[in-house]
Amino acid sequence: MPDSSETPSTRMTPSNPLGVFPHSTRGEGEAANPQRGRLKVYLGYAAGVGKTSAMLSAARDRAEAGVDVAVGVVNTHNRPEMEALLSDLPQIPLRKILSPERVQTEMDLDAVLNRRPALVLVDELAHANLPGSRHPRRYQDVLDLLEAGLDVYTTLNIQQLESLGDVVQQITGGIVVDALPDFVLDGADEIELVDLPPDELLERLRDGKVHLPPEGPETQPGFFRKGNLTALRELALRRTAARVDVQMRDYMAARDITGPWAAGERILVCVSSHPLAERLVRTGRRLAGDLDAPWTVAFVETPGHVRMRPEQQQRLNQTLLLAEQMGAEVVRLTGVNAAETLLAYAHAHNITKLVVGKPRWPRWVEWARGSITQQILRKSGSVDVFIIGETAAEEKSPSMRVFLHSPAWRYAAAAVLVGGVTLLGVPLHGRIEPTNLVMIYLTAVVLAALFLGRGPSMLASLLSVLAFDFFFIRPTLTLSVADTEYLITFAGLLLVGLVISNSAALVREQVEQLRKREAFTAAINALSRDLTGLSDLDEMLRAVIRRIQTDFSRDVVLLLPENNHLKVAAASPRLEKLGEEEMTAALWAFQHNRETGLGTSTLPQAAMRCIPLQTVHGLVGVMGVQPAEAQGLLTADQRHLLESFASLAALAIERARLAQQASQTQVLQSTEKLQAALLHSISHELRTPLVTITGALSSLAEGEAAPALQRELAEAAYGEARRMNILVGNLLDMSRLESGAFRLNRQPSDLWDLAGVALSQFGERHPERQVLTDLAEDAPLLDVDMALMVQVLVNLLDNAAKYSPVPAPIRLLGRLEGEDVILSVADEGVGIPPEDLERVFDKFYRVQTPAGPSGTGLGLAIARGIVEAHGGRIWAQNRPGGGTIISIQLARWAERQVG
Amino acid sequence: MEETGVRILVVDDERAIRRFLRASLSAHGHTILEAAAGREALSAVAEQRPDIIFLDLGLPDMDGVEVTRQIREWSDTPIIILSVRDREADKIAALEAGADDYLVKPFGMGELMVRMRAVLRRVWQAHRQEAVFQSGELKVDYTRRRVWVGEREVNLTPTEYDLLKLLAQNAGKVLTHPHMIQKIWGSDLIGADHLLRVNISNLRKKLEADPARPQYILTEAAVGYRLRLE
Repeated sequence: MPDSSETPSTRMTPSNPLGVFPHSTRGEGEAANPQRGRLKVYLGYAAGVGKTSAMLSAARDRAEAGVDVAVGVVNTHNRPEMEALLSDLPQIPLRKILSPERVQTEMDLDAVLNRRPALVLVDELAHANLPGSRHPRRYQDVLDLLEAGLDVYTTLNIQQLESLGDVVQQITGGIVVDALPDFVLDGADEIELVDLPPDELLERLRDGKVHLPPEGPETQPGFFRKGNLTALRELALRRTAARVDVQMRDYMAARDITGPWAAGERILVCVSSHPLAERLVRTGRRLAGDLDAPWTVAFVETPGHVRMRPEQQQRLNQTLLLAEQMGAEVVRLTGVNAAETLLAYAHAHNITKLVVGKPRWPRWVEWARGSITQQILRKSGSVDVFIIGETAAEEKSPSMRVFLHSPAWRYAAAAVLVGGVTLLGVPLHGRIEPTNLVMIYLTAVVLAALFLGRGPSMLASLLSVLAFDFFFIRPTLTLSVADTEYLITFAGLLLVGLVISNSAALVREQVEQLRKREAFTAAINALSRDLTGLSDLDEMLRAVIRRIQTDFSRDVVLLLPENNHLKVAAASPRLEKLGEEEMTAALWAFQHNRETGLGTSTLPQAAMRCIPLQTVHGLVGVMGVQPAEAQGLLTADQRHLLESFASLAALAIERARLAQQASQTQVLQSTEKLQAALLHSISHELRTPLVTITGALSSLAEGEAAPALQRELAEAAYGEARRMNILVGNLLDMSRLESGAFRLNRQPSDLWDLAGVALSQFGERHPERQVLTDLAEDAPLLDVDMALMVQVLVNLLDNAAKYSPVPAPIRLLGRLEGEDVILSVADEGVGIPPEDLERVFDKFYRVQTPAGPSGTGLGLAIARGIVEAHGGRIWAQNRPGGGTIISIQLARWAERQVG
Repeated sequence: MEETGVRILVVDDERAIRRFLRASLSAHGHTILEAAAGREALSAVAEQRPDIIFLDLGLPDMDGVEVTRQIREWSDTPIIILSVRDREADKIAALEAGADDYLVKPFGMGELMVRMRAVLRRVWQAHRQEAVFQSGELKVDYTRRRVWVGEREVNLTPTEYDLLKLLAQNAGKVLTHPHMIQKIWGSDLIGADHLLRVNISNLRKKLEADPARPQYILTEAAVGYRLRLE
């Protein structure tokens, strides 16, 4: 597109110098957030009118005025005039995305956010990003930029606007790809219309000055016809003009100026799973725009919807999503009768205009089922009703099949049932009046209705009439009737049969829905029962995962925050290791309190859906849910249930956290008592070595001892000093543990390395002891604080040395058990009295032996403190052949930990 | 090998400790210089040019880590930290600041002498680039990139060899995990912690007779690794 200076393009700028936030479906008349950046859209009616060059010219003016302008992404399509305009603007390098075929580029959102220019140029707002980008759509990138406080200039073709999709399709015959949700344009602070008379556009096209996009309506053979262009131009002009109007009104509202307000119109659009629904939504949006009225899109769930098929469910979800994107309020209503439910809602919410569709049903279906449109019309009262008819393209409606949808065997069963009744009737024939045989047939119809469904039971009604006529009405074995009175009997049988079919089926569907509701309640009850019984956080998390796995057959992962990072707290086996995309999605969900990942608009390429776990006090974590192999999306009911599960889980997690805090407080209170006991026990232990040291050193100072004695004294003093050092070390560790002053420095740690360091420290203290090791060759890396865990092992080895006689070996064993590693230290000593197996880990506990080994009874208590701080387990057993085994269970290093 | 006549600067604010070190080290034939505070130590290093510095961390005027950093700005004089601080974070901070070794008080004189010899030997040999490194049975030939334990040649992956070479060229010195990761993989590789552990573990399985009781590659728990210098 050449510079606009050579073409007499006119511009209409409904600029917004008054600082009023423009009309927006997200917050009408709301004052602008001062932090938020301003969005200016250069709007044109077709490719080639000069949007990009208008944007670039404006940006150059701003840059010359001293504003920090940077180009996020502008595609010049290698046109020299455009390159010239772009040349002296700083450009932020594009992000390269590698695909097997070629290298493609996208705007580098993170680079722009880091660079933080005051104004960013982002061409083609409606562009769809390549897979692998942060967002699927470029406008989402732009929203992020605005959120970060950057001003954005961008370009848009009017035909790409979502709500105009069907109009554009009617005008041009081409399908709009990459439509832009209306709220984005509605939220723009300024729209500049870049206009060019169609004749000039056509001329430029002939001169080859227009770059055509690779897909979209422009590629249609007859797109660039004057008629088309004029129609599109009118759309763009009208849209811009409407905005000027809206801004004026917003301004008046903000200044408390009363004026000619819209007469309080409210619009309700009623949709179903029918393909027509999408058009209803678009119509509703246009009507709402024209009337400047709030609008609601409603779907009524009736008992019949129990049997909605997945593709219908999906189409309904898409329709509702579209409505949401266009700014409608979306409600789901439940009721037995759709028309009554809708009208009740309409009256309760002061709806003035109702938009409904009229699918082309065959007449008899309407008769059998009642037309919802007719019912609404009859009872609408003061509400205006707009009826939108079905076009031929939409007619291939599968709804008829659904209406009578049953497996073939049920129809067969209905036929067999009628056959059986006929056989039963043969011996009775002649003994009772033929009219009474009708009752037997009616029984068959009722049975079919109750057990086989609507369609089969209607078939049964029809077959009953035929069989009755054929076999029992003179002349028998023909369909002709001698006595015309029987025609009344036939009509009655058929009518009653059909009515019974319909009402019995209705009852059946209601029962089915009730049953589903009951299953729903039962599932929630089951989970909450599971959770109330538990107080341990890990067990709760496992219970949640188990429930979701069984009720939804989906894989689940629960991530909880820990030291400012999100960490996997519990997961189904397939989700224990999360990919980078999944982790990013989870983090995003946590930071922005928004559902992300699969099936959402943020990071949809992640393999799971991330649901933030929220309580009234804030976020407690994120739940990730991944469908098992090739499963479809969740139905609305399932999603509802899943949300209930998520909030139950959030509450449970919060409860567990609070309980943890309470117990910590308790620990703190008992600390004082503890320290008194500690002092008492310690003073004795500290004095004993001092006695030896003082005695030995004073003898040495006198200098009269023989050399051999001197050496003996010195060694005794040295040995006692070392013992004291260990004791002081233990005391310090204990007080660190008690006061919670230590922080775990978890690192990937090698089991062999751990054992090696512990053995070398132990060897220095006890050179006389033999330690046999048996460690698993393929042990994984452990998730531990290496230094603290070495201390645990040394304490266990010390303990073993203390309680077993010298020649007996000590064993250090390491083996895998499931996902965890078990380390054990076994001795061949005195063992522990069975009743004390738990108590050995208490502070100051010592096994009472005649010899009474010395020590403070702190070693094992410290070991337990450290192991439990790691979330591991420590326990003591007596060895079958005599002696003690103390084991610890440690978690392996998970490769993808955040942070 | 036994060095005598080494000029040692002892920096400690505790008079008792200076006195005990002076007595013991003089007995080994070394010359002892003393400083009781950080600034005093800095000027002593500049004026008296000691061969090695024994530095306490808890000094009255400034922290020992800061003293180390300032000395390293203009001097390569080896520094051994002697401190009661036994937390790994303190050790890493001192080593990253440029200290050559770290010994937690209380320590035995024997241990201190071993560490001192190792540090001095490394510093004195640093100028002579030897083509072959030898410690006990372990032999590393830098020119041919080959490694032997006794008569047995050991096949290493390129990363394992680089790690061993890094350790051998700093034999006797504790190399912190971040330092090693930086040298081998560059600074910002995610998961390098994990890689380091795995490679060291594999290296041990290839070099050590009993990987649970390593003789060559020693672990300073949660701080780093050190190659034993014979």
